[in-house]
Amino acid sequence: MDKGKGVMVGGRRWAVDFTDNSTSPSSRDIPDPPGFSRSSQDQDDSTLSRQKKDAESNWKSQKAWEVAQAPFKNLLMMGFMMWMAGSTVHLFSIGITFSALWQPISALQGVGKVFESYKDSRVDLLGPKLLFIALNLGGLALGVWKLNTLGLLPTHASDWVFSLPPAQEVEHSGGGILLR
Amino acid sequence: MDIRVFLLLLLVLVSSVEHGFSLYEDQVGLMDWHQRYIGKVKHAVFHTQKTGRKRVVVSTEENVVASLDLRHAEIFWRHVLGTNDAVDAVDIALGKYVITLSSEGSILRAWNLPDGQMVWESFLQGSNPSKSLLSVPINLKVDKDNVILVFSKGFLHAVSSIDGDVLWDKDFSAESIEVQQIIQPPESYVIYAVGFVGSSQFDVYQINAKSGELLKHKSAAFPDGFYGEVLLVSSDMLVSLDATRSNLVTISFRKEEISFSKTHISYLVGESLGIPVILPSKLSGILAVKFNTLLVFIRVKSEGKLEVVDKIANAAAVSDALSFSEGQQAFALVEHVDGKILLTVKLSHDWNSDFLKESIAMDHQWGLVQKVFINTYIRTDRSHGFRVLIVMEDHSLLLLQQGEIVWSREEGLASIIDVTTSELPVEKKGVSVAKVEQNLFEWLKGHVLKLKGTLMLASPEDIAVIQDMRLKSSEKSKMTRDHNGFRKLLIVLTRAGKLYALHTGDGRVIWSLLLPSLRKSGSCKHPTGLSVYQWQVPHHHAMDENPSVLVAGRCGPHWDAPGVLSFVDTYTGKELNALGLTHSVAQVIPLPFTDSTEQHLHLLIDSDQCAHLYPRTSEAIGIFQREFSNIYWYSVEADNGIIKGHALRSNCIGVVDEYCFNSSDLWSIVFPSESEKIIATATRKLNEVVHTQAKVIADQDVMFKYISKNLLFVATIAPKASGEFGKPTPEESWLVVYLIDTVTGRILHRMTHHGSQGPVHAVLSENWVVYHYFNLRAHRYEMSVIEIYDLSRAENKDVWKLLVGKHNLTSPISLYSRPEVMTKSQSYFFTQSVKALAVTSTAKGITSKQLLIGTIGDQVLALDKRYLDPRRSVNPTQAEKEEGIIPLSDSLPIIPQSYVTHALKVEGLRGIVTLPTKLESTTLVFAHGVDLFLTRIAPSRTYDSLTEDFSYALLLLTIVALIAAIFVTWVLSEKKELQEKWR
Repeated sequence: MDKGKGVMVGGRRWAVDFTDNSTSPSSRDIPDPPGFSRSSQDQDDSTLSRQKKDAESNWKSQKAWEVAQAPFKNLLMMGFMMWMAGSTVHLFSIGITFSALWQPISALQGVGKVFESYKDSRVDLLGPKLLFIALNLGGLALGVWKLNTLGLLPTHASDWVFSLPPAQEVEHSGGGILLR
Repeated sequence: MDIRVFLLLLLVLVSSVEHGFSLYEDQVGLMDWHQRYIGKVKHAVFHTQKTGRKRVVVSTEENVVASLDLRHAEIFWRHVLGTNDAVDAVDIALGKYVITLSSEGSILRAWNLPDGQMVWESFLQGSNPSKSLLSVPINLKVDKDNVILVFSKGFLHAVSSIDGDVLWDKDFSAESIEVQQIIQPPESYVIYAVGFVGSSQFDVYQINAKSGELLKHKSAAFPDGFYGEVLLVSSDMLVSLDATRSNLVTISFRKEEISFSKTHISYLVGESLGIPVILPSKLSGILAVKFNTLLVFIRVKSEGKLEVVDKIANAAAVSDALSFSEGQQAFALVEHVDGKILLTVKLSHDWNSDFLKESIAMDHQWGLVQKVFINTYIRTDRSHGFRVLIVMEDHSLLLLQQGEIVWSREEGLASIIDVTTSELPVEKKGVSVAKVEQNLFEWLKGHVLKLKGTLMLASPEDIAVIQDMRLKSSEKSKMTRDHNGFRKLLIVLTRAGKLYALHTGDGRVIWSLLLPSLRKSGSCKHPTGLSVYQWQVPHHHAMDENPSVLVAGRCGPHWDAPGVLSFVDTYTGKELNALGLTHSVAQVIPLPFTDSTEQHLHLLIDSDQCAHLYPRTSEAIGIFQREFSNIYWYSVEADNGIIKGHALRSNCIGVVDEYCFNSSDLWSIVFPSESEKIIATATRKLNEVVHTQAKVIADQDVMFKYISKNLLFVATIAPKASGEFGKPTPEESWLVVYLIDTVTGRILHRMTHHGSQGPVHAVLSENWVVYHYFNLRAHRYEMSVIEIYDLSRAENKDVWKLLVGKHNLTSPISLYSRPEVMTKSQSYFFTQSVKALAVTSTAKGITSKQLLIGTIGDQVLALDKRYLDPRRSVNPTQAEKEEGIIPLSDSLPIIPQSYVTHALKVEGLRGIVTLPTKLESTTLVFAHGVDLFLTRIAPSRTYDSLTEDFSYALLLLTIVALIAAIFVTWVLSEKKELQEKWR
């Protein structure tokens, strides 16, 4: 840009003014190109901005709903992966389960951030947010369920007594075969 | 992917099961040590020819025949005969065969002298039990064949020394003669068999040495009767005691008529000295008679005249006479003078001149001299020198030569009775590195070599040096406690009444103590050591006290003999205190209580069923009184087939002793003597730690183990089946096993194995018992396992209650609540017969267990307890497989890599002791018999520490490389960022 300007400054010899402030087509020799309508330029500035904003908020809310629904796909994907992983504890299934647990948690932590870009006084984000949270909670539940099927949740009696020390005995007895 | 990962895991798991305890070749000796012994020497025969290595052939009370190097005491070769194959006599024939007579004279063997290979073996027939005599005449030849004369079981055999064939034999069993001596005068072909008929008739049989024909039979009555044995003093003269033991009788047997000549001892000696004992030393013309401590030498002149030559007050032992140059005969006499040993070598024919007189200072921990064997050698100046082999009171073997102890062997360690442990002192601060590592240069050199080894740059010589360094690492033999608890002291009590402290790192003897209270004395005639217990184990309180052990013994062979107690400091090896007890010691019960100085309370039960409390302090009695009503004891009378339970009642009646309590019978279990006989019992080890009471089984279910310290396993067999193998038929033999609660006498479980017989070896740990027996129907050995579970706790399965802690699983329980139990059992074939059975024990009881099986081949085999799990089935479910249940097979596998003794043998294996270390994964295994062996095993591998061969250098290199990489990449990225900014 700067370069061009410099050149212009140096060698300005002629100029064509393309601006044409006349509104009537008749005042001009040249007809308007087809498809060009002067009326569009005539629109009120305020209506224009309102319309623009409406569209944007529409778009925003649409997008917000879209984003809120996004974890659903994730959920299906996770479900499929879990089914693939099987119910035995090994590296693969543990990895999947923990990612299934981690994703919703991190998503839930960042709820505000996800919807920040769609923040608008006129956009009601409560619905998408609730959906987003619900879906992520669903994902979390799926992860916990998987964790349970892997037997990693302390839901059995065995998980609570496995390290209980033996009870002490009140009585004490000793002896045996006589020493020889 | 899934399946592949699973398979890989499975492979790792399986390989860990099979090779979890195998060693690499260069790891041998790294954490194990092995010591070879022979036992207390009974006979010794020297073989010191001018050429070849000088050696001595010995036979011992541990039934060992061995050839030792006379220079360095190394064992050239050694054979451990069976436990009931005691050696009666040893000799050398033809200068190349060692001849041994064993098993009460029924087995004659010849071993090749240089390498110890057996040349021939003869089983000698005979039925009458009699003396076993072996005689190897030097030049008695039958058909150019040197003859060995053996008298055993009522027969006189002449055996060819070349191939062991019996050339002829002569039966004396019909003659009612008790043959005492077989005499073969060197110049003739006549053998004299002399002996007593009844107590007052003396018979002589003359036998043709070539054919075994009876040449002549003479008989003479001696109305006074004989006592004991006869001693051959010269080629035609025998000496014995008469029945009153106040006269010496000389018998001249080679003349036409047998003539007796009687000499009154007090007339001969001049005074009455007590009861005389004729020593069996053959001194040629002289006999030694012992009166209490006095030794009297009496010369036998012609015509049976006796003459006292000398009286020696402190004599300990006399050797046999040894003939050296020109028919001269010499013998050794050992006396104890002022704590030193006075060795005198005398010539038989010339008493007054001492051929050799040496005084040798000696460690008093060896005790008194018990046996002497003499040998001669030619000095450089062509005169005769003598060396003697002496056997000490503590069974050690010493060679003395030129007034010095050439070598000594601590043979007492071949007969260990009991083992306990003690911690080493805590390392004091302020010990510099230089002191530990000798010097910095050596230390650096060692590390450079190690680095070379890890980088695989080392030459074979370097590798040898590295291996040597690893084996002799000063780290493992330090005298301080280590972080992992590998270094300890093993306190062992031997049959001789000597206490040794062995270092677990390298097996060296730290100290030894011949217990003064277990030595023969006026008040204690036949002392025997019984057992050793930890007496004081300071760890929390009383840290500055040294730990000590309690040694219990008794003054006689019977169990009602008065007892002796000895308390020994395990750091210094000094006896702190010794008690001669007024009561007997039938049982010692360590109680689970300690006083403020961390002394363990012990209850000693005497033969009158009174309990005596030790230590005898008011504090101890206070602790004891608090628990008084909860203390019980039980006795197993194996001979009567009764198990009795007792409770303590009140102080003893009759004696004023507040530490003595009498007891009353609570319950008794009487086994019918016609159908059951107790052959084995087993209890849990007192120091065993159990980590948990619950066992989680497949599908998250939980079973509660029945864990009780008061559980007793008893095995009984049919009395008919208690004989040898092959005698009983399967129909008339059975094995019954019981699990008994020793507080209430309740029989928790009873099971019969029909068609089975002993011997039974059993081990009880946690809630299971494993036992080994013989199945007559299958003609195979079997091992069975019983696991016992507590059903009364099975309801505790509500997660919420457990979550908030509302359960009574850890509250103390009384055995009188009679908890409902359930048992599971399973049997498997096992291909080997067993000498000892033990189980690994760890500090917290988390690590899985291995059974340690002392096999008939004197090795120790580690077998995973998972192979003995009653829940094994042919087709385990997926969940059970995940739990680690092995599919059922009919026999237990013996994996060659799982012998913890690897290539070594613990000859005469008697016991296996396991000692937990501080490192939870690891346990020390000490196997003792004639040999000693100690190693360190990790039943579930060392999951809590890096292995010995972990390459620290590599780790360091990796870390350095990583740090370097971080720096390089950091610099590079900085540069790049800068460039980016400039753009």
